[in-house]
Amino acid sequence: MSDVITVSDDTFDEAVGLSDIPVVVDFWAEWCGPCKMVAPILDEIATAQAGKLKVVKLNVDDNPRTAQRFQVMSIPTLLLFKNGEAQARIVGARSKSQILSEFEPHL
Amino acid sequence: MEFGATRDVVILGSGPAGLTAAIYAARGELRPLVLEGEPSSTSDQPGGQLMLTTEVENFPGFTDGVLGPELMASMRAQAGRFGAEILTERASKVDLSASPIALWIGDPQAPEPTLTTKALIVATGARSLMLGVPNEARLLGYGVSTCATCDGFFFRGKQIIVVGGGDSALEEALFLTKFGEKVTVVHRRKELRASKIMQDRAFTNDKISFRWDSVVVGINGDERVSGVRVRDVNTGEESDIAADGVFEAIGHAPTTELFSGQLEIDEAGYLVTHEGTKTNVLGVFACGDVQDHAYRQAVTAAGSGCMAAIDAERYLSSLAEN
Repeated sequence: MSDVITVSDDTFDEAVGLSDIPVVVDFWAEWCGPCKMVAPILDEIATAQAGKLKVVKLNVDDNPRTAQRFQVMSIPTLLLFKNGEAQARIVGARSKSQILSEFEPHL
Repeated sequence: MEFGATRDVVILGSGPAGLTAAIYAARGELRPLVLEGEPSSTSDQPGGQLMLTTEVENFPGFTDGVLGPELMASMRAQAGRFGAEILTERASKVDLSASPIALWIGDPQAPEPTLTTKALIVATGARSLMLGVPNEARLLGYGVSTCATCDGFFFRGKQIIVVGGGDSALEEALFLTKFGEKVTVVHRRKELRASKIMQDRAFTNDKISFRWDSVVVGINGDERVSGVRVRDVNTGEESDIAADGVFEAIGHAPTTELFSGQLEIDEAGYLVTHEGTKTNVLGVFACGDVQDHAYRQAVTAAGSGCMAAIDAERYLSSLAEN
């Protein structure tokens, strides 16, 4: 069972905006090859950082409003939210160490 | 990372060449280790270039075509079934003069190599070229894209530019007509390099138009792309084309940095092979797009990957005999 939570246009604000801990949002879609490479990495991060960092995924196909709201025009895009505010953004697939080192300063 | 004893064969790269080599080497009980590289939008691409495509219509055996990422997932699983070990890591340094061959993962300055291998198969492929024009890097992800399949969706009803004139440019342009209102192909010559069938499809598509003899000299836009600046190669005149998205398909360059000064590289930057897949270093074999500037197809890459595995296997048995 993955520690990654699925969010939608309707549940985004509650799951991300009201979170006590930082949240990584993975904007993805079924038809995106690189998204599939990032997914297992995020599973690992979610498990390793459980309690300190929340990882959620949002399918842009089904939830265009949220994608548009954060100007996501390329996937995978990873956004790090703290206190409901977007703090950092990674566009395109990255390795686990690259993701962690880009987000670490904001945690 | 602990690898212990010297491996029989290590494969660098996991496109059709690397994974076919892995399938053959694994079936030959060589327990290959595949370093597939690190996911990144600009350098490595585990799974190879097909990860960024949609329908592959010319790979034999698939009557109705197959999705690129699906084909690669199958090849990966097939290699895994016979015992190939696949790591999502990249080699940071190689010492091909060492015996056995030495490989580093992570810090290339580390005094000891991460692992050693008797034979090495280089299948590092080729990566997409970027234009290298002003604002391109800044607007990557904000309208500039290297993956039409991934990002086409965000340009529904929008104006789209595709840069390039080969098969991949037209494939992207045709794919993007599903989303965009209009797709303009900007090409630096007056005719296309693309195959006849792709040209016919593009020319008869109402949504696609062409801007010939033009090079993109800059991307326009503050927070997101608003268009491109092009220069007419004949008159030198510059003008702007309005667009929301810019997709680049201007070709590929072989990934050979790791081997510079160690393997023979030709004028165009490709690894030189002879007698099948042999390089100038004993025990090092090359296959796929890193050594192929003539064909560059998934099926030829797979074919040469098979050759490399067989060549490596023969090399290893010759070692054992001596």
